[in-house]
Amino acid sequence: MTDLAVDVLGLMKSYGETAAVDGIDLQVQRGECFALLGPNGAGKTTAIEILEGYRARDAGEALVLGHDPGRPTRTWRSRIGIVLQTATDNAELSVSEVVSHFAHYYPNPRTPESVIEAVGLSEKRKTRTRNLSGGQRRRLDVALGIIGRPELLFLDEPTTGFDPEARRDFWDLIRQLRTDGTTILLTTHYLEEAEQLADRVAVIAGGRIVAEGTPSSLGGREDADAVVSWWTPDGTQTRRTAEPTRLVSELAAEYGGEIPELTVRRPSLEDVYLSLVGRPAGTASDADAVGEL
Amino acid sequence: MTPTLAIGWRRFQIELKEFFRERESVVFTFSLPMLLMLIFGSVFSGEIAPGLGVTFSQYFLAGMIASGLVYSSFQQLAIAIPVERDDGTLKRIQGTPMPKASYFLGKLGVVLVVYCGQVFLLLLIGVVLFDIALPDTTWQWLTFVWVSALGLALCTLLGIAFSSLPRNGRSASAWVTPVILVLQFTSGVFFVFRDLPSWMQTFASVFPLKWMTQGMRSVFLPGEFASQEPAAVWELPQVAGMLVLWTLVGLVLALTTFRWQRRGDG
Repeated sequence: MTDLAVDVLGLMKSYGETAAVDGIDLQVQRGECFALLGPNGAGKTTAIEILEGYRARDAGEALVLGHDPGRPTRTWRSRIGIVLQTATDNAELSVSEVVSHFAHYYPNPRTPESVIEAVGLSEKRKTRTRNLSGGQRRRLDVALGIIGRPELLFLDEPTTGFDPEARRDFWDLIRQLRTDGTTILLTTHYLEEAEQLADRVAVIAGGRIVAEGTPSSLGGREDADAVVSWWTPDGTQTRRTAEPTRLVSELAAEYGGEIPELTVRRPSLEDVYLSLVGRPAGTASDADAVGEL
Repeated sequence: MTPTLAIGWRRFQIELKEFFRERESVVFTFSLPMLLMLIFGSVFSGEIAPGLGVTFSQYFLAGMIASGLVYSSFQQLAIAIPVERDDGTLKRIQGTPMPKASYFLGKLGVVLVVYCGQVFLLLLIGVVLFDIALPDTTWQWLTFVWVSALGLALCTLLGIAFSSLPRNGRSASAWVTPVILVLQFTSGVFFVFRDLPSWMQTFASVFPLKWMTQGMRSVFLPGEFASQEPAAVWELPQVAGMLVLWTLVGLVLALTTFRWQRRGDG
């Protein structure tokens, strides 16, 4: 048996002439939180729905928890949890009724009360789903995703439309699940979300993975030159350097103390990301080019 | 109990809860057949077969009970399932280990409850307002049971199959309502079947509602009225044959056409 939760090679899916997923390789370790990051229409949802067993792939190898997602079985389904992008179902049922009902589907479910508490809906237990706010509704979706004690949880753009506070609460919930040992594969178009939650990130654009790594190393970010800028009577000076500390100490000696308007900046994840997704289908040189920003 | 049955039972309970919480839909579901019964039964109150003492309201009651089979199963499912495809219900349960058959068992349970409710209300109105006598032989009640069982089975299966036609939940009732109305007009629900043009009778004979109404007439009308049928007998073996045939057709259609996701999603 492999210790990979997800193992994908050369995944392809086309709709008519359009290749939604155009050859994706992906490995997610057990216990890890992995983010698929990309703009809308990049192929994130198509890719994740193939892995969830919703869509058939055109080509490629895929194993999810050691099982082919193209042939879903009940046992396999009981080991994964799915949080879909949008749903407005179960409108007339209360939070506790829905969660308790879904618990019956699984062989070894968590208790409905513990799940409702974990997602922070204890006070809304008796509230009908139709009366929940968008964020509460998403929390209920997560509750239904984790009620079966999944080994692997899929989250498809879980915080779209959240206000900042709700998003932070939601992140805490996801971190807690990861701490409990659940492997998480999430898609998002929020950089910050990937940076906050993921152990590893893959950037997807045009149906391909254009870069992969830890959030801090993505696209060669950690090795990239820093940009140092400061004020001089002739205007703001900017210099790109691999050794920003040396430059700053030289400047400090030159100025004999405080350097006016000093900033030292490395490419942010956003810089890296925009350069990655802003280009046509990825090649290695795209990632390399980031260092020269 | 197998997981399919056990979870099917849970689905039935939760679906029934949801059904009765949607007040408007509950009111419409149960009041439509009653309203039709009241209006048609009051407007056309005369005897339709001199000497046999059969009134139109009596004839219409049998037709409405057969229609109840269509309303409670075919109409309900062909409208509700596309809505569930739109709102994510089906996609969500498809992603769980719920046995697929449990979903349909749950639906069938609700269909049964709704049908029993409609029949009860129709009989109540028939007996209280129109002085209709209930059947008094075991034989008639047995016929009622098997016509109901086969009718529900085939209409449920056809409703499941039909649910794949509408593009979305909003257009579903626009698809379903005309089909039901045309069959009701041509199958001897709103008009006495014997009085319809023969081409219309032939048309209706292809579809199951004609046979369901005929089976229900054999239950709720006096035996002598059989002479007023086009064949001059109730043709119960033919009724059974057509209903079984349509159940098989429905089964094949339901199994081959059912989609858990919206068209173009999968």
